[in-house]
Amino acid sequence: MTDNHVELRDVVKRHGATLAVDGLSLEVGRGEFFSILGPSGAGKTTTLRMLAGFERPDQGDILIEGRSMRQVPPNHRPVNLVFQHYALFPHLTVAGNIAFGLEMRRVPTAEIQDRVGTILDMVKLRPKQDRLPAQLSGGEQQRVALARALVNRPAVLLLDEPLGALDQQLRLDMQVELKAIQEQVGITFICVTHHQEEALTMSDRVAVMNHGRLLQVGSPQEIYETPASLFVANFIGISNSLRGRIDRVDEANCLVRAVDLAGQPTLLARLPAGAGEGSPVTLLLRPERLCLSSEVRRSSYDNELPARISKAIYNGSGMQYQVALSDDLVWAARLSNSSSNQKRFLPGEAVFIRWNADEGVVLSE
Amino acid sequence: MSRRRAWLLGASLADLLFLYAPIVVLIFFSFNASRLSASWRGFTLQWYRLLAEDHALLAAVQNSLLVGLASTFVATLLGVCAAVGLERVPFKGRKLVEGALLLPLVIPEVMMGVSLMLFFALVKVPLSLVTVTIGHAAFNLPIVAVIVRARLRKLDPTLEEAARDLGATAWQAFRRVTLPLLMPAILGSALMAFTISLDDFIVTFFTAGPGATTLPLKVYSMVRSSVTPEINALSAILVLVSMSLIASSLVLQRKSPTQD
Repeated sequence: MTDNHVELRDVVKRHGATLAVDGLSLEVGRGEFFSILGPSGAGKTTTLRMLAGFERPDQGDILIEGRSMRQVPPNHRPVNLVFQHYALFPHLTVAGNIAFGLEMRRVPTAEIQDRVGTILDMVKLRPKQDRLPAQLSGGEQQRVALARALVNRPAVLLLDEPLGALDQQLRLDMQVELKAIQEQVGITFICVTHHQEEALTMSDRVAVMNHGRLLQVGSPQEIYETPASLFVANFIGISNSLRGRIDRVDEANCLVRAVDLAGQPTLLARLPAGAGEGSPVTLLLRPERLCLSSEVRRSSYDNELPARISKAIYNGSGMQYQVALSDDLVWAARLSNSSSNQKRFLPGEAVFIRWNADEGVVLSE
Repeated sequence: MSRRRAWLLGASLADLLFLYAPIVVLIFFSFNASRLSASWRGFTLQWYRLLAEDHALLAAVQNSLLVGLASTFVATLLGVCAAVGLERVPFKGRKLVEGALLLPLVIPEVMMGVSLMLFFALVKVPLSLVTVTIGHAAFNLPIVAVIVRARLRKLDPTLEEAARDLGATAWQAFRRVTLPLLMPAILGSALMAFTISLDDFIVTFFTAGPGATTLPLKVYSMVRSSVTPEINALSAILVLVSMSLIASSLVLQRKSPTQD
């Protein structure tokens, strides 16, 4: 189950003078839900189009099920693509759209009806099988697009911003539904998205790309908790950062001197690989990992910095604070409203920000 | 505001009067029992009856229909190919081909007629209904190409990619997806081409050989001697046929395939 199902080997693609994809190598396992995450212009859609066969790599090769795709046109590839704006055939009914791929492959009529029926049940569109795409809601169109691709039982399903055109609530529902469908059919999904939460929620593994380059591949947890670079950290979610220098190394830990803060306090953190005493580093902290307290007593936390609340935002499930460590260094802190007698801080209040060494990520520069 | 509206309404009515009054008068007098069209002598259908008995006229009608159908078929086939080629296949000198293709829409028809006549003389093809058909196909081709191309431009190119992705060859993708979506535009432009062919006088005049008389040529030769109520009746029929053809052409072109 861990064999490489899809493999990209040093793929390079130029669009005119710009490098859309720059030496991309990736391996995706069978049955994996794999997401390619990145801002627009990262080269992720180009990558997907090369997998589908609409664009050819200038260099490198793409292998699907161990077979080079270099000479294989889109209609002979064992992949199907769910297009960003669905690209449903406007003149065909829901059932007609879904049957299209099977008809092209000359599947016997009885089997087509069977398979179309099964997939219609799976995406809960049986009652609407005779409608035209224009008569469906956005969410329904999305499910038709998914069904139209899945009914062919491709080795790999490619999804281009599959939830991009849906509104927020539908998006959340579809994230769960898409993941459930993927687990049900067991097909390898490769999904392109610029939406970090979507990628983290649905994927087994995530690849982060920017400017045509692969920055990091890993499980959602790895990507979120141990980002390999400042870009990944920032793209995955808001991160608080602090520049510093390693003062002392103590086995797996180190003391980071915060050079930008008054008095240059030292903070306990995990030692990053390849760093030693004197290395310049950046300390990253997630807003939800910080603890705020106005009490001066010694706490059990490893680290403590004095700060002042500059803004307090109530957003239902939690409180969002902006906390100023100095005149030009403001961090975000997120505290969940997990109990009704939760302490609320007011703007201007002096607080201590506290956290343990484990919560922070240290990037060596 | 309301004065402005009243003014606009008046202007519109004047426009309509200017455009359609002669036609209405013509149709009106086609039912006039008097041979002299100046005064009304009661209602009759005799001019229409006379038309139906005029064998030379019926032959001209037949010629016109024949030329119309054949030239429309050729123009539609080539026009669709030209539209698809220009819109979907990138090639060198596309702008040039595009310009050359659209030129017949703007050059004076007389020039086109004369040059076609000279061309047929040069290649020693005797003038006949065939040369008329070729001439009509030539001026109808750009019309079809322009209308079909406009529709093609509005078509989402990822639809063909989706078809390819689902296992269709390039030809299957065109036939199963693009062609059905273009069909309203193709039929609409074909009707337009057919109408223009039926009505054409100038190019026909230069490219028709002896005996190759189409309806407009016949009407012209009839009018040269005298304007009879028979002409009125014939014109009334032509106006109705042309208008309904053009109307259906417009309806087809406006019809979106996504609507039921």
